[in-house]
Amino acid sequence: MKVLITEYLRINLDTEQWECRRCGHVHGSARDNYKKGLLVYDRDPREIHKPLLDPKKYARTYSPDPKWCRILEYYCSSCGTMVEAEYLPPGHPPLHDIELDIDALKLQWKDRKEVTEPTVGPDLALEKVKNNRALHAEHHHGHGHGHKH
Amino acid sequence: MHDNISAEEQVLLDKFLADNQLWLGPDPEIMRNHSLTPRSKMEDEILKQGLDPHQVHHVRGLINAALSEAFEMCNQMGAAPGAKWGDLVTGIYTAQGDLAMIAPHGIIAFAACCFYPVRFIVKNWIDDPTVGVRDGDGFIHNDARYGGVHNTDQSMMMPLFYKGELICWLSATIHEGENGACEPGGMPAAAESKYDEGIKMSPFKVVENFQLKRDLVTFLQNSVRDPKLQLEDMKVKLHAVMRLRDRITAILDQFGRDALVGTLRTHLEDTEKEMRRRIREMPDGTTRVLQFMDSSLRENCLQKISLAITVKGDRLIMDFRGTAPQFMNRAVNTNIASFKAALCTGLLQNVWPDLPHTMAVLSPIEILSDRNSIIDAEGEMPQAMSLMPLFKACVAWTIPMAKFNYSVPTKYSAIIASQYDQAATFIYGGLTQHGDVTGNFCSDINGNGQGARSHADGEHSISPVFGFMCDSGEHEINEEDTPIIRLGAQRLAKDRIGFGKYRGGMGYEQIATARGSGMWGFMTGCEGSKFPSAQGLFGGYSCPSYQLLKIKGINVFEELRKNPKVVEVFDIVKLMNEQPIPGGKYSSNDMGMTFELCNEGEIYMICQGAGGGYGDVIERDPALVMKDLQEDLMSHDIARDIYQVVYDEATLVVDEAATQQRRADYRKARLARGKPFDQFCKAWVTPEPPKDIPYFGSWDDTTKIHAQNPAIGLNVVMDATQIQGVFMP
Repeated sequence: MKVLITEYLRINLDTEQWECRRCGHVHGSARDNYKKGLLVYDRDPREIHKPLLDPKKYARTYSPDPKWCRILEYYCSSCGTMVEAEYLPPGHPPLHDIELDIDALKLQWKDRKEVTEPTVGPDLALEKVKNNRALHAEHHHGHGHGHKH
Repeated sequence: MHDNISAEEQVLLDKFLADNQLWLGPDPEIMRNHSLTPRSKMEDEILKQGLDPHQVHHVRGLINAALSEAFEMCNQMGAAPGAKWGDLVTGIYTAQGDLAMIAPHGIIAFAACCFYPVRFIVKNWIDDPTVGVRDGDGFIHNDARYGGVHNTDQSMMMPLFYKGELICWLSATIHEGENGACEPGGMPAAAESKYDEGIKMSPFKVVENFQLKRDLVTFLQNSVRDPKLQLEDMKVKLHAVMRLRDRITAILDQFGRDALVGTLRTHLEDTEKEMRRRIREMPDGTTRVLQFMDSSLRENCLQKISLAITVKGDRLIMDFRGTAPQFMNRAVNTNIASFKAALCTGLLQNVWPDLPHTMAVLSPIEILSDRNSIIDAEGEMPQAMSLMPLFKACVAWTIPMAKFNYSVPTKYSAIIASQYDQAATFIYGGLTQHGDVTGNFCSDINGNGQGARSHADGEHSISPVFGFMCDSGEHEINEEDTPIIRLGAQRLAKDRIGFGKYRGGMGYEQIATARGSGMWGFMTGCEGSKFPSAQGLFGGYSCPSYQLLKIKGINVFEELRKNPKVVEVFDIVKLMNEQPIPGGKYSSNDMGMTFELCNEGEIYMICQGAGGGYGDVIERDPALVMKDLQEDLMSHDIARDIYQVVYDEATLVVDEAATQQRRADYRKARLARGKPFDQFCKAWVTPEPPKDIPYFGSWDDTTKIHAQNPAIGLNVVMDATQIQGVFMP
């Protein structure tokens, strides 16, 4: 039984290992930090969020300040898929962001059917916005006062 | 005096203290309890008798319709700009002051904080012979220390008596804006103590026999920059609540007391039950997220918000310990009750939007914080720009809850990256072209880009982070009322993207100037100029940093008169790089700006931001990359460098094979440059924050709080249980 934990990570409950969902590579013990099995790269944020304003004219260019912020990119050591992009001040310890109780997880999935592709939930917030916009358009354009918009 | 007092003496002592309390300040017993009160005797009796679920549903529908009607009245008649686009709520509370339901389009945050002042009235004024609570009374309130989002919001609260018995409370709240603070518009980043924040109304009676007391109204009008607004909206809220009262009374006439009281309580208890059921569906464990705020709106400094969410069975604990200390003389603090209200918003906006909008969703959640931290600030500190940590609270859930919810077989909403979480708008004040004094803020605050989803790009400029029901308003109305002229508006901010397999929704540019006023000015209050704010999910990147751009020392109207082609397109990047207006002083600044005068025709420019991206950029479908190019959302160098796509620039035809090869090579390059985690950490991790950066909050240990400001040689480490507020120079 494998449980999908993120877009790129799953936990194999039988072996208690973190696995890559793209290539099946085993990252390490599910009772430990999955990041330990990944490769990490300290990315200058200006390479991703490029300066849009001329750096010769301005110090602030829409790029993050590399002295304040770095991007830690985590790659699967087998297929090179980027599993996480963590924004941190220089030198800040990486976060142990997922720490699950594996025994409880096994118990929880004992009677559940394995899920190989995650279901997509309804985007209710967006639906509400769209409904509101439709209502608004109706209100402003369909009230029959002869206005032309 | 002796140490051991008898029970009788203790009762006497307690009574003496209760009768002689010097000041009924914000009451920790009320303000630190976000959960439902236990059933009252009346509620318990009614629920034990049992209710007909069909009737409950029917009554709930009628209450909803009544709340909706009262909401619509405020929306249509309210004079505040906030009222026009829906920054308001109407609500109904149990007799004890638990907020049972809000209007379907009301701002969610209010559902989790408007009950505090009602509880204050119930506790203090009902039995006070100098105040009392009678039929026809109405109470006003705006001080967030007694409950509320922030002090721009004013409430009208009214008890509903039926056959002589207090059955429930009703209220209307509007973001009025102006409140007489040291800067116009009600959200002064310049406030250095709570006494700079303008009028602070603890809950008091301002209506008797359903009529406003003119003496008090006059006092309030005197206390703010917009006396017309103050009067008009007090009337609007009063009459909206009175209409609500009529409708609820009709429900009581038709169905009886028990049906109404039972429905309110059942609604609360059912919601709490459903929350616990959903929590149980998630895996047990802990997920964590860090948020870094990079400005006090007066200077750049990093403030960390640390969050660990732990699920155990049907318990969910949010642990914010390790967060930055409060500032004693900066406005970006919040009290914990307002912070919790924003958390409720985040849950209902981004995690489980299908749940009823009531305080009961937060009720079963345990929240831990360090006293005197920036999210649990107390004492004399100002909190007029509490929006900064509050907006963070709105999205704090998004990333860690996605890490819990991804595995759950039943999804109640989409898995989504962070929405852009800054209050990107112009706050304004001064003399209008009609000669009136005013101060408020613009409705284009409501265009935060949506985070990317697990199955699709985020929607552009979807809504504010605090309410998907808010509209971005009509600039034309704003231009009629104020001297603000929009030189550019709602044009999507090209290349400012949260990249990913799916990209975040983008924000729009806002370019403003003033015309026809002798005295006008703007302020802005956003973080994220150095450290990006909206976080990506599962390998998606965050949004970029954003700046405040200015062109001062010119009058654009004069320049356009002289040469109508001097600026052909009001596009921020072009204006700043090409500098087409001669003699202009062009500058790029932090997005936090205290009130500044804008001479006629000077230009101020900001952006709404993008939501975070989802997934690995090199998994993005090349067809989607071409679509973004076609829609002019992105430049070619970004398409190539970020998404690693090979295509023909003229035809936008993708070379599939070459793209596949390029992406395969890129994966190899990643493997070559990445280092194993442990080896990386040895070189990367430092024992303390970088010495040259002002840094506030924990570092490697959430029990130790750093306060470091090189500007004044401050460098202390405090125990998290004994945080002292920090003074900035």
